[in-house]
Amino acid sequence: MTLVLSQLFTGISIGAVLLLIALGLSLTFGQMNVINMAHGELIMAGAYTVYMLQKVIGGAGFSLLVALPVAFVVAGLMGVLIEVLLIRRLYARPLDTLLVTWGVSLLLQQAARDLFGAPNVQTRAPSALTGSIHLTDDLAISSSRVFILALALIAVAAVTVVLKTTPLGRRIRAVMQNRDLAAVSGLATGRVDRLTFFIGSGLAGIAGVALTLIGPIGPTMGTNIIVNAFLVVVVGGIGQLKGTVIVAFVLGIVQSMVEYTTTVSVASVIVFVVIVAFLQWRPQGLFTLRTRSLA
Amino acid sequence: MTTLQDPPVAVEASAAKAPRRFHALIGFGLAAVVLFALAPVALGDFRLGLLAKYLCLAIVAVGIGLAWGRGGMLTLGQGVFFGLGGYAMAMHLKLADAGPGELPDFMQLYGQLDALPWWWKPFANPAFALAATVLLPMLVAFLLGLLIFRRRVRGAYFAILSQALCAALAIFLIGQQGTTGGTNGLTDIQGFFGYDLNDPINRRMIYFIVAAALLAVLGVAWQLMRSRFGELLVAVRDGEERVRFLGYDPANVKLVAYVVAAGMAGLAGALFVPAVGIISPAMIGVVPSIEFVIGVAVGGRASLIGPALGAIAVAWAKTALSEKLPSAWTYFEGLLFILPVVFLPGGLASLAMYLRRRRSTSTEVTS
Repeated sequence: MTLVLSQLFTGISIGAVLLLIALGLSLTFGQMNVINMAHGELIMAGAYTVYMLQKVIGGAGFSLLVALPVAFVVAGLMGVLIEVLLIRRLYARPLDTLLVTWGVSLLLQQAARDLFGAPNVQTRAPSALTGSIHLTDDLAISSSRVFILALALIAVAAVTVVLKTTPLGRRIRAVMQNRDLAAVSGLATGRVDRLTFFIGSGLAGIAGVALTLIGPIGPTMGTNIIVNAFLVVVVGGIGQLKGTVIVAFVLGIVQSMVEYTTTVSVASVIVFVVIVAFLQWRPQGLFTLRTRSLA
Repeated sequence: MTTLQDPPVAVEASAAKAPRRFHALIGFGLAAVVLFALAPVALGDFRLGLLAKYLCLAIVAVGIGLAWGRGGMLTLGQGVFFGLGGYAMAMHLKLADAGPGELPDFMQLYGQLDALPWWWKPFANPAFALAATVLLPMLVAFLLGLLIFRRRVRGAYFAILSQALCAALAIFLIGQQGTTGGTNGLTDIQGFFGYDLNDPINRRMIYFIVAAALLAVLGVAWQLMRSRFGELLVAVRDGEERVRFLGYDPANVKLVAYVVAAGMAGLAGALFVPAVGIISPAMIGVVPSIEFVIGVAVGGRASLIGPALGAIAVAWAKTALSEKLPSAWTYFEGLLFILPVVFLPGGLASLAMYLRRRRSTSTEVTS
């Protein structure tokens, strides 16, 4: 029983990381139908922000707190820059955008290598997040994982509130659901796109901050984790936050369970087969936006 | 409208077939002269070996040109098929190197096995192994394509799935060190069907085989592109629903193109093994798979020869630049993904087409 519970929690914490990454991705993907391949490098930017702030400020706990808003803005601005310079020009060619943003991710990776060096760097975790919480005598969960889970849930809640209650959220949803109609109704869709990209990319920065607690920071950290996050968005359905949330946790739990009963290497194949099987049942993802369009 | 399909990239209309057939014959003749006469004379053994490697990548590119340029399926997972073909060939060559009844060297080295795993056994048969290099990738592509295209998963969704597949396969192979060589892959291949690969003459022979395979693959692609199937494929790319309404099943059309592209990638992987002497997960993961696409984008995705030339040019630039300035190469590669796709979506081939159009305005071009 303890074993099942501890695997379950491992799965949930994998899911929380996936969710943090996929949350921003699902916003940008939903908005412009564009998979931003440079999303992983925006995560990297967030992680390096923690590294730099720790050098400047020193205290691990305080710099982590400061890093959250700073990383949000840094990654957000980078995302807006990518949107303005490249993605907007390729609005009607989503597949090409995928390639172009991959190019951007290569540039950013190499820039990180030249700025910070090719080897991974380490940050110090605040002392409050280094231990683990003992739920029972033999069931302990690491407090950094709990922190990430809380961060992910807060991020989801914040995005939900913004989308559902604010005028900005209403505009974002309008453009997501029907761009042409939104434009005809007088919305400046270009501005909405940029704001969505800012928020989505900023969330990548937050995810980067969280990742510094559980792994090394390096130029290729983005590519390693991003593939599964793409899958979460695809399986969850376009522009559907609840789909992303559910799928992130389910995928995390499935992965940790399969990894436990088999091996990491077999699990990667099994998870892929499960996803293809799932798409037989729901080809458009878990939740879909009902439209009359054919595409 | 939320459409995940790309609008058409300039493709020549299939008018005036007879003169084009003549041009194509001249083109094939020229390519044959360059590959079989000029290159072997002009290049030393080392450079010719490199060219053989580039030609393998060009074979993959021809398949991607068919699936992506003509069919609109951006496949970011050709590494899977390249790898399946490569591993099938390498498994046979390793078994042949080891001799009958013996285990390949790496299995003895890791010491986990005392008998050959059952799924290695058929690869001792050369005919089975040769067939598997092409048929195994085609089978996997068929199954995956059947499941995906029938359920109308397409556009970016398809691209992501194909990418996830090659990530999964790479992780899988790395984990199975005892039976697949893990991260190292299958290395140190000595012989090729009885010929010693350390002998320069035999390495030249490999080059000629690869060159012939490239010409054959180009021939197949040309035949497919100018057939009714080729027109249907372009139609599916540009308006899948319309094709459906006309009574065709777009899923079948896409499936054929995808399976053919997978077979080409498998063939390329199989030839890559004797040409380079190694196959490893590093050549089939997410990064190498997307690198296959870049040459196609640079050369011209929808043209016949563009992808092949683009792949050769990019691979050559990679060797030349990364030898001297590894960091500069990554920047250059990033720009290669960005600039041609943004400013010249038809690739270099569209530049050639543009020049030809300026000379004679009679050629019909849709855009």
